[in-house]
Amino acid sequence: MRYVISRLWSLCLVFVVSSFVVFSGMYLVPGSPENFLVQGRTVSPEVLASIRVQYSLDDPFLTRYWNWLTSAVQGDFGRSLTTRQDVSNLLAARLPTTLFLTLYAGVLVVVFGIGLGVIAGTREGVFEKIVVFGSNLGFAVPTFFAALLLMAVFGGALGWFPVTGSGSGFGGRLFHLTLPAVALSLPSLAVVARITRTSVREESGSDHVLMAVARGVPRRLVLWRHTVRNSLLPVTTVIGTHLAALLASAFVIEYAFTLDGIGALLVDAVHRQDFAVVQAIALILVVAFGLINLAVDLLYAVIDPRIRLGKAA
Amino acid sequence: MPQSLVKPSSRISVVAGRAHRRLGTLGMVCVTIIAVIVLTTLLAPLIAPYGPYEGSVADRHLAPGVNHLLGTDQSGRDVLSRVIWGARSSLLGPLIVIVVTAVLATAIALTAAWYGGRVDSFLGRVLDVLFAFPNILLAILAIAIFGPSLLTASLALAIGYVPYSARVIRSVALRERNLPYIAAARMQGIYGFVITVRHILPNVWPQILTGMTINFGYAMIELAALSFLGLGVQPPNADWGLMVSSGQSSLLQGYPEQSVAAGLAIVVTVAAFGYIGERLGGRRAAGRVR
Repeated sequence: MRYVISRLWSLCLVFVVSSFVVFSGMYLVPGSPENFLVQGRTVSPEVLASIRVQYSLDDPFLTRYWNWLTSAVQGDFGRSLTTRQDVSNLLAARLPTTLFLTLYAGVLVVVFGIGLGVIAGTREGVFEKIVVFGSNLGFAVPTFFAALLLMAVFGGALGWFPVTGSGSGFGGRLFHLTLPAVALSLPSLAVVARITRTSVREESGSDHVLMAVARGVPRRLVLWRHTVRNSLLPVTTVIGTHLAALLASAFVIEYAFTLDGIGALLVDAVHRQDFAVVQAIALILVVAFGLINLAVDLLYAVIDPRIRLGKAA
Repeated sequence: MPQSLVKPSSRISVVAGRAHRRLGTLGMVCVTIIAVIVLTTLLAPLIAPYGPYEGSVADRHLAPGVNHLLGTDQSGRDVLSRVIWGARSSLLGPLIVIVVTAVLATAIALTAAWYGGRVDSFLGRVLDVLFAFPNILLAILAIAIFGPSLLTASLALAIGYVPYSARVIRSVALRERNLPYIAAARMQGIYGFVITVRHILPNVWPQILTGMTINFGYAMIELAALSFLGLGVQPPNADWGLMVSSGQSSLLQGYPEQSVAAGLAIVVTVAAFGYIGERLGGRRAAGRVR
């Protein structure tokens, strides 16, 4: 319990500091904040006034921060600086695609990463060599390059999958997001497969596994109950951190496949210098990143009693 | 025989032998690949058959042949030459990242390890907060504020890399700091700063170097991704990430040369650095988050 509380406390600290960084970033630029927000676009005095109100530029700095934070917590991120749309609505329309893509990639990482790792860890021969080689190379392939190759081969040449859009309905999404999810999952998949393999290898040489074999426990049981279960401990942490990273790096894939997720919106907003949207998305991503990491840490404590009992922090 | 009397050629072979024992055959291949890439970068004006911006639209999408070994891109520029010239910005960015990261992380880590106690736990807290911020998001935020450029992206990434590197270096430095010879040096009245720089720093140096090697690969991928998104190096400059991006439409039309050549350049470089880093630092580093 003390562990949970200390972990929550540090997460709150993280949220406060990072929201402050996200908020105050624009004041680092020389010149007045309005000029930065407008970026040389010609705007009517009314818009300028509404920007001053939106950012409450007439208030002291900390009041400004507090106002922004409280309205952000209530789901009000103001309006886009270029299209004047409500940022929250903009995000709400885009969020499902990103979540779906990240979860899809996450499932691929877990299933294929662990699957390939276990197979490679328990079998010798060509297959293991392929997995080892593939996982060494896999982390070196940038996701956007993998995306382009998949697009050209399976989308263009073979025509099996669509290369743009995110589809509608569950089946449509699953179909449309297959290539993006594969591209997004590759580097993490490679790392997970490699760690799983090493871990399974180490575990299958351990005393208790040898003992189980000696007692005549069936091989299949030894493998799943004694070897794999124990070897998944280090794998869980790796998977957890990588799931959070998938969310944070999904925007590259979304941009490559022109999906309508929040990541593509972020890139777009940076190009159009729409700082209100950038702030909102950055804040959401940091919060999501923090929450996933928290969940992973807590889960880890549940799985491994040593963390709960031992030196937690 | 004193060191100075050894013939230079055999001295090189001694060093090579030591490196070979440490890195293995594949590791030496990687070192060679990196050496070739770095040389190519430095000698680009001599090696590249054409200039990076040279070419006319009339020659667009030429197939690989005698005149253009890797063909031409959508503006008729020689792909091989652009890959060679593009190595400059593609290597410069990660170099900035690892140097800045190493300097900041080492300074923080050694300070924390030397003073311990409150200083240590304060610095640890700061690093924890920074650690919770995804690297690439920090870079995007910096670009949104200061405008797209390689330098902005590299510096922001470097700051994002500091927490992890600092933690690793700190743990090694802490072990070193508690050894008897450090206590002996303090007894002699040597300043903490001098002890840190003259005694602790050389002993954590291998750790710093390993971290730099591993970070180089990650930094290269992330900077290439930013260039791919149009937020790093700007056209018409030659850069690998940018080339993958500007070759995207050609690739889908059936002219894969540009994207594939630049993409493979990234893959080979990152894989070479990754393998060496892994040989130097063991597997722990391999599981790290991007």
